[in-house]
Amino acid sequence: MDFHDTPEEAAFRAEARAWLDANAEPLPPGERRESPMGASEGRKGMLERAREWQRTKADAKWACITWPSEYGGRGASSIQNVVWNQEENRYRVPPNMFTIGQGMLGPTIMAHGTPAQKQRYLRPMLRADEIWCQLFSEPAAGSDLAGLRTNAVRKGSEWVLNGQKIWTSGAHYCKWGMIVTRTDPAAKKHAGITYFIVDMESPGIEIRPIKQINGASDFNEVFFSDVRVPDENRVGAVNDGWRCALTTLMNERATIGSGGGMGVGISELIKLARETQWNGRPALEDPSVRQRIAEFYIGLKGLEYTSYRTLTALSRGQTPGPENSIGKMIGAPLRQKLASFAIELQGAAGATLDADATPLGGTFQHGWLGAPGLRIAGGTDEILHNIVAERVLGLPGEPRVDKDLAFQDVPTGRG
Amino acid sequence: MNFDFSEEQKLLQKTARDYLAEHCTLATPRAVLESGGTHDEALWKGVAEMGWLGAAVPESYGGAGFGRLELALISQELGRALAPIPFGPTAYLVSEALLVAGSEAQKQRWLPRLASGELVGAFAFDERAGRPSAAQLETRVEGGKIRGHKFPVQDGASAGLLLVVARAGSRSALALVEASQSGVSATPIGSLDGSRPLAKVAFDGARAELLGADGGDEALLSHLLDRAAVLAAFEQIGGAERALELTRDFTLNRFAFGRPVASFQALKHRMADVYAAITLASSNAYYGAWALSTDDAELATAACATRAAASEAFELAATEMIQMYGGVGYTWEYDCHLFYRRAKQLGVWLGSAAEWRDKLVLRLAQRG
Repeated sequence: MDFHDTPEEAAFRAEARAWLDANAEPLPPGERRESPMGASEGRKGMLERAREWQRTKADAKWACITWPSEYGGRGASSIQNVVWNQEENRYRVPPNMFTIGQGMLGPTIMAHGTPAQKQRYLRPMLRADEIWCQLFSEPAAGSDLAGLRTNAVRKGSEWVLNGQKIWTSGAHYCKWGMIVTRTDPAAKKHAGITYFIVDMESPGIEIRPIKQINGASDFNEVFFSDVRVPDENRVGAVNDGWRCALTTLMNERATIGSGGGMGVGISELIKLARETQWNGRPALEDPSVRQRIAEFYIGLKGLEYTSYRTLTALSRGQTPGPENSIGKMIGAPLRQKLASFAIELQGAAGATLDADATPLGGTFQHGWLGAPGLRIAGGTDEILHNIVAERVLGLPGEPRVDKDLAFQDVPTGRG
Repeated sequence: MNFDFSEEQKLLQKTARDYLAEHCTLATPRAVLESGGTHDEALWKGVAEMGWLGAAVPESYGGAGFGRLELALISQELGRALAPIPFGPTAYLVSEALLVAGSEAQKQRWLPRLASGELVGAFAFDERAGRPSAAQLETRVEGGKIRGHKFPVQDGASAGLLLVVARAGSRSALALVEASQSGVSATPIGSLDGSRPLAKVAFDGARAELLGADGGDEALLSHLLDRAAVLAAFEQIGGAERALELTRDFTLNRFAFGRPVASFQALKHRMADVYAAITLASSNAYYGAWALSTDDAELATAACATRAAASEAFELAATEMIQMYGGVGYTWEYDCHLFYRRAKQLGVWLGSAAEWRDKLVLRLAQRG
């Protein structure tokens, strides 16, 4: 067991750092790389800067480094990717706003796409010349994704799509979407699904932003009315889309579980507790405050070290153990509690939200408002508990009364 | 980065598990609990013969010459088996203290006897209920003689060699006291976990030798506690893992409403939470073990996080075990209470989870 870099990792780190030094400005100590959450300038400006940085990296082969070189990556290992992310996060550079495509949809195309699809889509995705969105969830298909109803009907060499998707991040600025549709309602629910690439500029697509409880609009509803998709945009076989969707979902969990973009952490909390006065003394001197901070530290460090165990297994060519499945199940509620505690630490002033009047620019307040979403997106706490119970502990699955029915016969409620 | 144990280390762990499956079933701790004895002597001898007591002791002092990572994995297996032997005080504290701070003569004199199991070690710090402070102890070492009393001392009645924290003049120091002399008397005291005995130990002018040249200071004591905390945490994690496995197996085979009770979300989600607590403790413990095995400065915080997480995980696993077994879990006949008892007793030995959490943040704060 050795927590330090191997000589190879150290050499890779030095190479990454040398390039970053030449192309970006290091962040001063204590300052964090900017996050796409709660961007003060609005997402539009950040998006353009993020694109520009992505292209700079792509030109030097520092974008999507784990991708094979034929698609513009450098075939880097998972450990190298961690090293790269650690180093990149030390510089004043825009956040990566393209992880849905690069982390989830790209790998799906690599696994299930045709040679022509790989040729056409992967490089522009890597350079962020074309941005992608994921069209999976529907109003009546969230945790039960395979209950989706958006349908695709074949008309010659095209498919005609009708229905509605929801919770689509970035739909309004994406060129392409990846969509799962119902193509055989007479089949059992998992067996009648087909996966497509859809041009988001197609006629018949209407995008409506959703205003969230934090006031931002990170997600959209997307309506499809007779949207035509050429058959060459189909990924995988007709009615075999569930298998492709699972590839996307597996990569989604890995992307979210890797802890990227989870916002502020323990060092900010300690700083806040040191600078906030309780009865004329730093709050950090109060033992009850230390108890809570310790709880967050142990949880967050535990998750970080758990991801290193997974990476070690990957680097040895082994299948990772089940331990990383707890990442989002634990991380999302823990961050909600952390933000809530940080607000309480500030007393009545914890209720302020103006950036210039609130400690750390209101980071904890914004984090708290955004936290409920993290516990739902990409698998609710409850679904993740089921996954751990069933796949890790081998406990029985939930009773599924719809499993053997034709999809069209599955009962529906009015909700 | 290589954040895992090696194949050889895992093989050693497997050997330990197999050995204990044969020589320490749950009937073993139960027998000690029910007989009111101090420990299982056959198991103690067996463990010594396997070389586990001296896992981290160099061969030149009669040990097996492995390291702390190996010792940690053995501890985990002993925890799984709820082994009713004084392994922790002997290996995590007394032997470690000698290795870290003992004089050459002390190492040569004591380590072979500790590694062979001839001597049981005990660590005597607390003097009364509460959280002990090295600066306010009443036990004193003066002119090579020790006076005072310690309470409670884990394995105090079976110990041959005591590592005692005492006042020496105006400072605190660690002293070695041989138990088999007049001036040392140990009185057994009933314990929550009857398979792990406690005692009150009184010193009345017994010979005491300072550890190393001068008995060290509070920083040494703190460092020794950090080392032991990581090792004890592995024992707790082993116990927690076994409790969860047994809970899983039991609930899969117990039916209610026509289904295994393990198929109800109310239980599935509880077990997922126990699994998560164990995983977080385990990952913190990997880091703690790395810091311990490499003498990294990170040990000061890693030990705190490891220990607090492991104490909580074991108590959670044992508590939930009884709850998920239902009524039978509350009977003397079923084994749940063995885990419940062990979890609590280990959880307050060397400081509660709350103490370690407090220490953790004080140390993080000092770091700035």
